[in-house]
Amino acid sequence: MEITASQIIFCILSALIVGGSIMTVVSRNILRAATYLLLALIGTAGYYVLLNYHFLAGIQISVYVGGILVLFVFSIFLTSQVGEKMPKVSWSKTVFAIIASLLGAGLCLFVLLTQSYPYAEQVAQTEISMQAIGLSLMGTERFQYLLPFEAISILLLACIIAGILIARKK
Amino acid sequence: MFDFKVVTDWIDTLLRVQLGLPNFWTLAIEFILVGVAFLAAYAVLALILIYVERKICAFFQCRIGPNRVGKWGILQSIADMIKILLKEIISIDRSDKVLFVLAPFFVIMGSILTFAALPFGKGLHAIDFNIGVFYLIAVSSLGIIGILLAGWSSNNKYTLIGAMRSGAQLVSYELSAALALMTVVVFAGTMQLSQIVEKQAEVWNIFNGIAAIPAFIAFVIYLIAGHAETNRGPFDLPEAESELTAGYHTEYSGITFGFYYLAEYMNMFIVAAIATTVFLGGWQPLHISGWEGFNQVMDYIPSVVWFFGKTAVCIFFALWVRWTFPRLRIDQLLKFEWKILMPISLINLLLMALVVTLL
Repeated sequence: MEITASQIIFCILSALIVGGSIMTVVSRNILRAATYLLLALIGTAGYYVLLNYHFLAGIQISVYVGGILVLFVFSIFLTSQVGEKMPKVSWSKTVFAIIASLLGAGLCLFVLLTQSYPYAEQVAQTEISMQAIGLSLMGTERFQYLLPFEAISILLLACIIAGILIARKK
Repeated sequence: MFDFKVVTDWIDTLLRVQLGLPNFWTLAIEFILVGVAFLAAYAVLALILIYVERKICAFFQCRIGPNRVGKWGILQSIADMIKILLKEIISIDRSDKVLFVLAPFFVIMGSILTFAALPFGKGLHAIDFNIGVFYLIAVSSLGIIGILLAGWSSNNKYTLIGAMRSGAQLVSYELSAALALMTVVVFAGTMQLSQIVEKQAEVWNIFNGIAAIPAFIAFVIYLIAGHAETNRGPFDLPEAESELTAGYHTEYSGITFGFYYLAEYMNMFIVAAIATTVFLGGWQPLHISGWEGFNQVMDYIPSVVWFFGKTAVCIFFALWVRWTFPRLRIDQLLKFEWKILMPISLINLLLMALVVTLL
């Protein structure tokens, strides 16, 4: 089998994601764990670029890296200091965690390998234009998503108001 | 007008046809060439900017500025570069070593990724994303992480306070900057940078009829918000030297400090370049409809000169502002963003939507 450039890039990205994810769980320094998580998230954005889906890659970086991870780091700033380490996990917990994760990985692999993908051939080979994405997000016709979009907006608004209420409570 | 596509096509055919390389190796060599060109341009532009800023600051303060190394001191930044490369990188005791080393790379990566997607001239555009403007907004947020990590891993209260201030400032002002860019996206109907530039061939966005009003407001908002995002005066309180020594990069030395220095100057350039591309027509020459002879003459000036000229004007604005206003307090800074700049940019976005639907 001939190896193409996109397969090499896929392998590099996968190594980044797998390595980053494992280091996130194993690291005992909480801010380092957050940084390794960042590497895994950037690798995922790399997958989307490889799939020619730049919009999702942009969303992945701006939401996870620019938003969620900055929030993580801020909350870690306020609660921990350099040199502080999380307590060591007991031996039995480690074993059970490894067994559980292996079982989960096995289940995922089983489903992925036995599943048939009838729509895989129909995936758009060229990049979907921004106008098409915008229209289907904001349209009200069949296969357009204005209602879920607005429902999520209301949910987020409710979260913001709840956050302010909790913060204001004396 | 000279199209740089001639040069890139020549290199491409040289590799493919004359040397007969397969697709994989052609692409690999081209990627490396583009990468080297960008790194070199990044460093050289930063050196020029440092010299220019020192000279202009000196004139604002009625000084002469650097004048010893070379004629008018033009070799000063090269001497400074050699000095900073030779300096020792001091490792800090009781700091988080891994994150301390990693942090400058995030800052410089965020800045280079943004730099690499800009259209510098006709045909001189390395990668033209469909999501152009959105890509620029997204990848520039990598820098915030670098600044936060630097502040925390140095294990120093000044760096920590500097990083906290910087994080709050960048996250807030990013919103106004993005909304200002969105105003033009609404007008142009596309996010692709090449198309945004293409549509300004006749007239630049900030002079374009009735749409010029929201476009001009967005331009001013973007300059303010972008200026705040580069952490420079009057918004330089993350590194306010009189209270925090030097903010988040206090503990860095040698080339690791050089990275922050480089990224700060290049971010100033990038903000000016984005403002140029989106509002001032990018590399398009100045055209006035009806003045055929004038337009002809303007077309003879190369596109790269137009791009860098307009960017230089925007950078001069930034320096002018820096030496005109006193530094803000953190509460004033956040109040200014959330209570003044944000509402104005939201209303401005609505105004632009109205203009687009009514025309």
